Amino acid sequence: MEYQNMELLRFTTAGSVDDGKSTLIGRLLYDSKSIFEDQLEQVKATTEKRGEEGVNLALLTDGLKAEREQGITIDVAYRYFSTPKRKFIIADTPGHIQYTRNMVTGASTANAALILIDARNGIVEQTRRHAFIASLLQIPHLIICINKMDLVDYNEEVYERIKEEFSAFSFKLDVNDVQFIPISALLGDNVVDKSQNMDWYEGPTLLYYLENVHIGSDHNFIDCRLPIQFVTRPNTDDFHDYRGYSGRIAGGIFKKGDKVILLPSGFTTTITKIDTYDGELEEAYPPMSVTMLLEEDFDLSRGDMIARVNNQPTVSQDLEVMVCWFHENPLRPSGKYTILHTTKEVRSVVKEIRYKLNINTLHRDQEDKEINMNDIARVVLRTTQPLFYDGYRKNRITGSIIFVDEHTNETVGAGMII
Amino acid sequence: MRYHLNHLKELESESIFVIREVAAQFENPVLMFSGGKDSILMTYLAVKAFYPAKLPFPLLHIDTGHNFPETIKFRDDLIKKIGARLIVGSVQAAIDKGMLREEKGFNASRNGLQTAVLLDELEKGKFDAALGGARRDEEKARAKERFFSHRDEFGQWDPKNQRPELWNLFNGKKQYGEHFRVFPISNWTELDVWQYLAMENVELPNLYFAHTRKVFNRDGIYLADTDYIMKRPHEDVLDLKVRCRTIGDMTCTGVWPSEAETIEDIIDEVASTRITERGGRADDKRSETAMEDRKKKGYF
Repeated sequence: MEYQNMELLRFTTAGSVDDGKSTLIGRLLYDSKSIFEDQLEQVKATTEKRGEEGVNLALLTDGLKAEREQGITIDVAYRYFSTPKRKFIIADTPGHIQYTRNMVTGASTANAALILIDARNGIVEQTRRHAFIASLLQIPHLIICINKMDLVDYNEEVYERIKEEFSAFSFKLDVNDVQFIPISALLGDNVVDKSQNMDWYEGPTLLYYLENVHIGSDHNFIDCRLPIQFVTRPNTDDFHDYRGYSGRIAGGIFKKGDKVILLPSGFTTTITKIDTYDGELEEAYPPMSVTMLLEEDFDLSRGDMIARVNNQPTVSQDLEVMVCWFHENPLRPSGKYTILHTTKEVRSVVKEIRYKLNINTLHRDQEDKEINMNDIARVVLRTTQPLFYDGYRKNRITGSIIFVDEHTNETVGAGMII
Repeated sequence: MRYHLNHLKELESESIFVIREVAAQFENPVLMFSGGKDSILMTYLAVKAFYPAKLPFPLLHIDTGHNFPETIKFRDDLIKKIGARLIVGSVQAAIDKGMLREEKGFNASRNGLQTAVLLDELEKGKFDAALGGARRDEEKARAKERFFSHRDEFGQWDPKNQRPELWNLFNGKKQYGEHFRVFPISNWTELDVWQYLAMENVELPNLYFAHTRKVFNRDGIYLADTDYIMKRPHEDVLDLKVRCRTIGDMTCTGVWPSEAETIEDIIDEVASTRITERGGRADDKRSETAMEDRKKKGYF
C-alpha cells in the first residue's frame, strides 16, 4: 500500500493577521482537500452572521468561542493535511511578541519553521523574532516565504533584496538549512503549483519543498539514549522472569548484543533482547517505543537511563539553561522549581540569572534581570539529583526541560540546556 | 531510508509513549471505551504499550442503553480476548434511580446524559486519569486540546488554563481531587486511523462496513430505525446499504450510504469524502460551539 511509505513532517507557522498566514494555511488545507464541505459551510455561515463578506478562512483556524469573541488566536492550534507523500502537522501560533511562549511551544517538536514575510514590508521585527526562536529551538529547516509577490508586480529585485537582508542578520543565528520561496498565498503562486508570473524563480514550490525536504537526519542517530519510562514485569506464568525496561529511544541506534551502561548506577551489561508487541527487533532507533531486556537484573527504574559505555551523556547537578518564561508570575531568583527532564523529575534552585535576551536585537541585558512571561534568559540551575543530559543542540529530547511550579503544579517555563 | 518510520509507525510510537506516561505518572488511570474505532484503536495501542504484561488499568464504558447490539457484543469479545477488566456505567440505571431525567420528543438523545454518568463513575472509581480516543482533527474545539488535559475537581475543562506542552515532556502533576483526561491519539486523523487499522489488520465491528439496514432520513442525515427514536409521520423507513463512520448511541449516530465492504474500500472512501465524520453527529449540530460547551461541562 502506498500510504505505508508516507513520512510525517511537523512544521510551525507564526505570523500576524496581515501577513497572509491564515490564507496560506487555508490554501494548503483546501488544495490538499483537507477542508470538508461541512466545515466550509459552517465558516460561511459564521462569516455571514458577522456581517462580513465572502469566506473568512481565518475562522477555520481559530477554534475556541472565547477567541472568536475577542477576534484573536491565543494558543497553539494543530492542523492536519496530507499528500500521497507525507502527512503534515501544522502547529499554528500567533506571531505577536506576547505569544513568544506559544511560538516556543509550537516550535519544540517541529522539523521545519515557515516564516512569512510581506513583500511590501520586507524584514520586520516579527521576522527576526520568528527566525530567532526557530534557531533557539533548533528547528532543522527554515522556510522563508516572501508573500504577496502579486502586490509588488512579481518583481525579482524585491525578492533578492529581502533575501539578502534576511541573510545579513541570520548569519548570527544557528540555522543551517534556509529555503526562500516567493509566493502569493492569495492567488496560489508557488504554493502548490509553479507560478506563471515568476519565471526568474527556479526553486521549488512550497508544497514540493515540504514534501521533499530531507528529514531523515532530523533525529540524533549517534548518541544512544534510552530514558526509562517504567519497568515491564508481567508476573504471569508465560513470562515469569520477564523484566523489561520500557521507553522511547531518544537518540542513537541500539543493537541487540550491545554493551551498555546504566545511569546513575554505572553498571555495564549487554542488551539481550529489544522487544515489542510485533516481535523482537535487531535494532532500535528514534523515535521508537520499545522494551529492552538486559543480561543481568539491576534495580533500574523510571528516570534512569541506558546509554553506551563509550558515549555517555553529561551527568551533573549543575545546568546552564536558556529559559523561556511562560507564567505571569516572574521567575524567582533563588526560587525553587520542579524540573521535568526526559522521564525524570527533580527539584531545583535558580542559582543565578546571567542575562535577559532581547529577542529583537539579540542584546544581552545583564542589568535587568526580571524575567517575565515571554522573556528569554540564560540561567544557572542546581538540581537535587544529577540529570543525565546532552546539550540541546546535540539532542532536543535529552537537552530539554520544563519548569513546574511546586505549589500550583503549572508548567511555568521551558528550558534548553547549553 | 533504513532508519526511518512511516507516518503510522511514528504516530503509534508517540501514542504508546503517552499511554506509558499515564501508567507511570498516575495512580489509578482508566481507559474510556465507547465501542467506536478510535477507542478500539486506543485499546489496541494500550495492549502494545504494556506487552507482554496485561493492561494495568480497566476499561470504562458508559452505556446509554441505546447502543447498537453489535457494539456490546464486540466489546465483550474484545475484553475476553485481551483479559482486561471492564466497568460499565449505565445511563439507564441512573434514570431509573431518578438521578437523571430523560429528554423527550423527536430528537431525544441520551448523549448529554452520558456526561453525568461518566463523571459519577470517575468519582466512584477514584480515577485520576481517563484516557480517551479524541483527535484534534475531529472538531475545531479539539484543535487546541492537549495530550494531558487538566480538569478541576468538578471535572470541568478550562480552555484558558491549560498547560503548555513541549517536546515530549508531559506534566501530569495535580492537586488532590483533580484529574486529567489524556488523549494519546490527538495527532491522528480519521484517515490515519483507517490506514493504521488496515496495516495492522485490527478486527472491527461489522457496523463500519457497508451492510443493508432499515433507515430513515432526518434533516439530511440517515438514522438507523430503532424503537429508541420516535419518528415523525413523514419519516419513511427504507432499506439502504449503509455503514457507520462513527459509532455512538443509536439515537445520534448517522449512517451513510456506502458500498465500502473492506477496510481498503473505506480508506478510499475517506480519502475522497468531503464531509467530516462528525458531520453525521446530531449532537454537534445543536449549535456552532456545541462541542466546546459540552467539553467545558466534562464531556469526553
